[in-house]
Amino acid sequence: MAVVNPAVDTASDTYRANREALLDLLAEHDEQLEVVRAGGGPRYVERHRQRGKLLVRERIEALVDPDSAFLELSPLAAYGSQFHVGGSIVTGIGVISGVECVVIAHEPTVRGGSMNPYTLRKNLRAFEIARANRLPVVNLVESGGADLPTQADLFVPAGNIFRELTQLSALGIPTIALVFGSSTAGGAYVPGMCDHAVMVDRQAKVFLGGPPLVKMATGEESDDESLGGAAMHARVSGLADHFAVDELDCIRIGREIVADLDWRKLGPGPSRRPDEPLADPEELLGIASADLRVPFDPKAVIARVVDGSRFDEYKAEYGTSLVTGWASIHGYPVGILANARGVLFMDEAEKATEFILLANQTDTPLVFLQNVTGFMVGKDYEQAGIIKDGAKMINAVANSTVPHLTVIMGASYGAGNYGMCGRAYDPRFLFAWPNARIAVMGPQQLAGVLSIVARQGAQAAGRPFDEEADAIERRRVEEQIESESRALFMTGKVFDDGIIDPRDTRTVLGIALSAVHSNRVEGRRGFGVFRM
Amino acid sequence: MRKLLVANRGEIARRVFRTARAMGIATVAVFSDPDADAPHVREADEAVHLAGATPAETYLDIDRVLDAAIRTGADAVHPGYGFLSENADFARACLAAGLTFVGPSPEAIEAMGSKIAAKELMVAAGVPVLGAEGFPLLVKAAFGGGGRGMRIARTEAELAEALAVAEREARAAFGDGTVFVERYVERPRHVEVQIFGDTHGKVIHLFERECSIQRRYQKVIEEAPSPAVGPELREALCAAAVAAGRALHYVGAGTVEFVLDPSGDFFFLEVNTRLQVEHPVTELVTGLDLVELQLRVAMGEPLDVEPWLRGHAVEARLYAEDVPAGFVPTSGRIERFLVPPVEGVRVDAGYEDGSTVSTFYDAMLAKVVAHGDTREHAVGRLVEALAGSHVHGLPTNRQLLVSVLRHPEFAAGRLDTGFLERHDPVRLGTEPFDPLHAVAAALAGQAARRAAAVVQRTIPSGWRNVATGLHRTRYLVGDREVEVGYALGRAGDRIEVDGTALVDVRVWQATPTLVDLTVEGVRRRFDVQLRGATAHVDGLGVSAVLEELERLPEPGSRVAAGSLTAPLPGSVVAVHVAVGDEVVAGQPLVVLEAMKMQHSVAAVEAGTVAEVTVAVGDQVDGGAVLVVVDGAGGDG
Repeated sequence: MAVVNPAVDTASDTYRANREALLDLLAEHDEQLEVVRAGGGPRYVERHRQRGKLLVRERIEALVDPDSAFLELSPLAAYGSQFHVGGSIVTGIGVISGVECVVIAHEPTVRGGSMNPYTLRKNLRAFEIARANRLPVVNLVESGGADLPTQADLFVPAGNIFRELTQLSALGIPTIALVFGSSTAGGAYVPGMCDHAVMVDRQAKVFLGGPPLVKMATGEESDDESLGGAAMHARVSGLADHFAVDELDCIRIGREIVADLDWRKLGPGPSRRPDEPLADPEELLGIASADLRVPFDPKAVIARVVDGSRFDEYKAEYGTSLVTGWASIHGYPVGILANARGVLFMDEAEKATEFILLANQTDTPLVFLQNVTGFMVGKDYEQAGIIKDGAKMINAVANSTVPHLTVIMGASYGAGNYGMCGRAYDPRFLFAWPNARIAVMGPQQLAGVLSIVARQGAQAAGRPFDEEADAIERRRVEEQIESESRALFMTGKVFDDGIIDPRDTRTVLGIALSAVHSNRVEGRRGFGVFRM
Repeated sequence: MRKLLVANRGEIARRVFRTARAMGIATVAVFSDPDADAPHVREADEAVHLAGATPAETYLDIDRVLDAAIRTGADAVHPGYGFLSENADFARACLAAGLTFVGPSPEAIEAMGSKIAAKELMVAAGVPVLGAEGFPLLVKAAFGGGGRGMRIARTEAELAEALAVAEREARAAFGDGTVFVERYVERPRHVEVQIFGDTHGKVIHLFERECSIQRRYQKVIEEAPSPAVGPELREALCAAAVAAGRALHYVGAGTVEFVLDPSGDFFFLEVNTRLQVEHPVTELVTGLDLVELQLRVAMGEPLDVEPWLRGHAVEARLYAEDVPAGFVPTSGRIERFLVPPVEGVRVDAGYEDGSTVSTFYDAMLAKVVAHGDTREHAVGRLVEALAGSHVHGLPTNRQLLVSVLRHPEFAAGRLDTGFLERHDPVRLGTEPFDPLHAVAAALAGQAARRAAAVVQRTIPSGWRNVATGLHRTRYLVGDREVEVGYALGRAGDRIEVDGTALVDVRVWQATPTLVDLTVEGVRRRFDVQLRGATAHVDGLGVSAVLEELERLPEPGSRVAAGSLTAPLPGSVVAVHVAVGDEVVAGQPLVVLEAMKMQHSVAAVEAGTVAEVTVAVGDQVDGGAVLVVVDGAGGDG
């Protein structure tokens, strides 16, 4: 295979400015991760420890195979909202007894691990990932149930959790509940709906109604242990399949359950040489544009992501604003689509369509590296049928059945977001670099459009146009869009699976590719490859 | 001589075969069940199986050994050392069967068998012997050895007691309770002279050896020449030894042992009528092949050598034994056996990678022997070889050997047989703990886990997008617990030992077998061998054995309170209790035999016997649960 390694001037002002800006953005990201890691704060963490309990990340660390990777998903969910950043839940892809699983773990130090709308969103996204990629689910349960003040936004959709759990089971995707603490009321159905349940002695509390509620409802005097303790469920109700003497024992049993699944991935294993890229991934910080008006060469990125920097380009001379080609990441063959100059023209759309069809013909996963400002606009393009060509690309992306992985490494504007497999197009995983911007269009363009529309409205109505007010309004809109399109804002809304350090792109894609191969990897069949 | 059977095993069998091969003599080995895969069997041209495991039914069975010789058409038998080497009946039986016995005459063996008779013979030959006057006195068994049936009496009152005890021990150990007394020499040095006699009446000496470093009357380090012997003393010693040989009409290789007192007087102890374990030091300082001389003498050739001393040689005996536990012999599979090649160093080993050390035979793994121009030179080479050697799978006395060789008193040549009583062998024999060994084990362990990963194998070790701190591994080193934390990656390598961060850390390379890392600015390499939960780490001249503690132990996996376990591997010779018996603290419950010694396992506290898991005749591993006692104060 050909080696791609375009020259990068690490001494240039652009490189240095990018690097500095990216490091600042990463520092900002790390600051937020620090808040997430701190959980409910020292007081609640201390109280939790005094009860002899492990923190949520300690539970996960003990659960996953030593020295294996753990890819936490949407760690900054709820950023920018009224809720604690992180969403009171930890989700991720971990390797347990050699099996890639989706781990869903409550954060009991944040409002008792209770669920708010962001918790739910993150939880459901984790189920979606488990379903699409056929990954066993391990729930680490300790939750006080719904965060009651938000119940109105929560109650109705939260029913999905139990529905999802049982549907996963029906699809042959094992579900496991390790119950470390409260799992009451609706929460009691989590161990109830899972295929396997383990409960920790004198910690697990699994009942529909606690002693006060029972007293109110029937007058019966009762206690936690007899209503829902691990001993009771293991010996009397049979809801617990395993009785764990303590948390580590519970985790040990959970690991054994996974080992006994004798799990076989349905996709092929890595088949190419998984050697490191020739170019240094560290340089990605200087390559990624902090100022998205400045395009950057996606081949410089590819050279720092793919095995041995090997990349066989497809239609190198055609539709050059989009780079397409074949490579492998951690041994898994992939087709890559990467924006080179932001705009998608007709040629690019057709090239992308053909490339996606080719990948489907050979069951090759696709990686979308987004830095897209949209499909070209203008009279010439509209007349030449840019909508039809864009539609082909969106059609191909929408109906392609090979796994799609998307990384937003810069701009993600307009229909370009759709064509390049944005969130609405169900990529198996979608990650953003911290410099990413996601919006219907750029802030200046959007503010400008609004201004033009307002001016036209004023003219039509015969009103005078207030230039001064317009300038203020433009600036306001620009700032609002600027902040709302930031990667942090989008990740807070769980519109991606997390912001990643650009230097980790190869690792994250490697984990994602390995995970998607837990399911069958099959392209769409039916027609031959259309030559556009 | 066309075909030689070696009625022995291990390193000495291999040693004899080596010379025989060089002389064009065909070789025959004998082997017991546990030795079926031993190197000495493979290296012989032919081998005969002596079914069974105990020495009595195999290497000590005269009829079977002779049958093996006859069956293979061997015309000569070399007895090695130990086993039948000083058995006059065997020598006689060989001769009766028409075989050449490579050793002295049965009469010479018999004459030296009784220490009392030997002493009388020596007095007649003018060899100085110890009198029996004054105190302290040493009571010794007439037919004994190895320290059994031996007692020191410092007063009249102690003497009666010492005589009684020695008699009892001698009868039990050697079947004959005859004892004698002689003056006890304080701070004695053990010096011996190698002699050789031929069938033409010539007796020569090959100078002396000193074997003062002993533990429990077992030689550990030997050297030639003795640092305590100057030219005059050497002449006197060697002349006495030759006189002793002449008195015996000695034929073949023999050793006349003397005790040397601090004033330089020496006294006859005994004659060993065989090739000694420590013969290589004489070979290295004389340039002679002693086995070749033995075979030539046995073939009737006259001795025609004019030996002279060249340089100095030191031998260390590497034993499979647990020194801190009290020199308890150990057994098991040797996962790795490697002594690095060092100039001037010779290794006579009976074992190799993958060999099994059984409980039935002597636990000596190898003799490491170094030669140099000077004593210092030879000792230096020996230390280099021992410190760099990797013996994995069972505890050895390697560290003890290194510590003794490095000891200033040893360097100064100030030796006596009490060296290992004066200097605590536990301290000398305990491998110094260096936290870096645990670090190396942890890093090698993570590399091994990554290499064995079934998914995401090429993903960086322990990668996290949300940093969660260090990965932790806990080890047991001896009875000390140590925890290593580590994080590798872009943010810089971080390592902690027991919660303390190491500074200036960089991991250059970590594979399952090699760890190369810098700590505090110093870069070091460690060789690692991982076997299940056991990590052997060699580096900085120390060989550490670390047991990885289970991360998530099964709650029931801990040994039940009140369990009494086997202190060492061996066979059960007595079970004194049954389930339900009431026992008191200190009451013997089970007796194990290992390496000819009986070990009693006693109750630690009073209670009721809840479980007896063994029966007489069972072979048990070290650490196996024998009896469970429910303590009176326990909660059952």
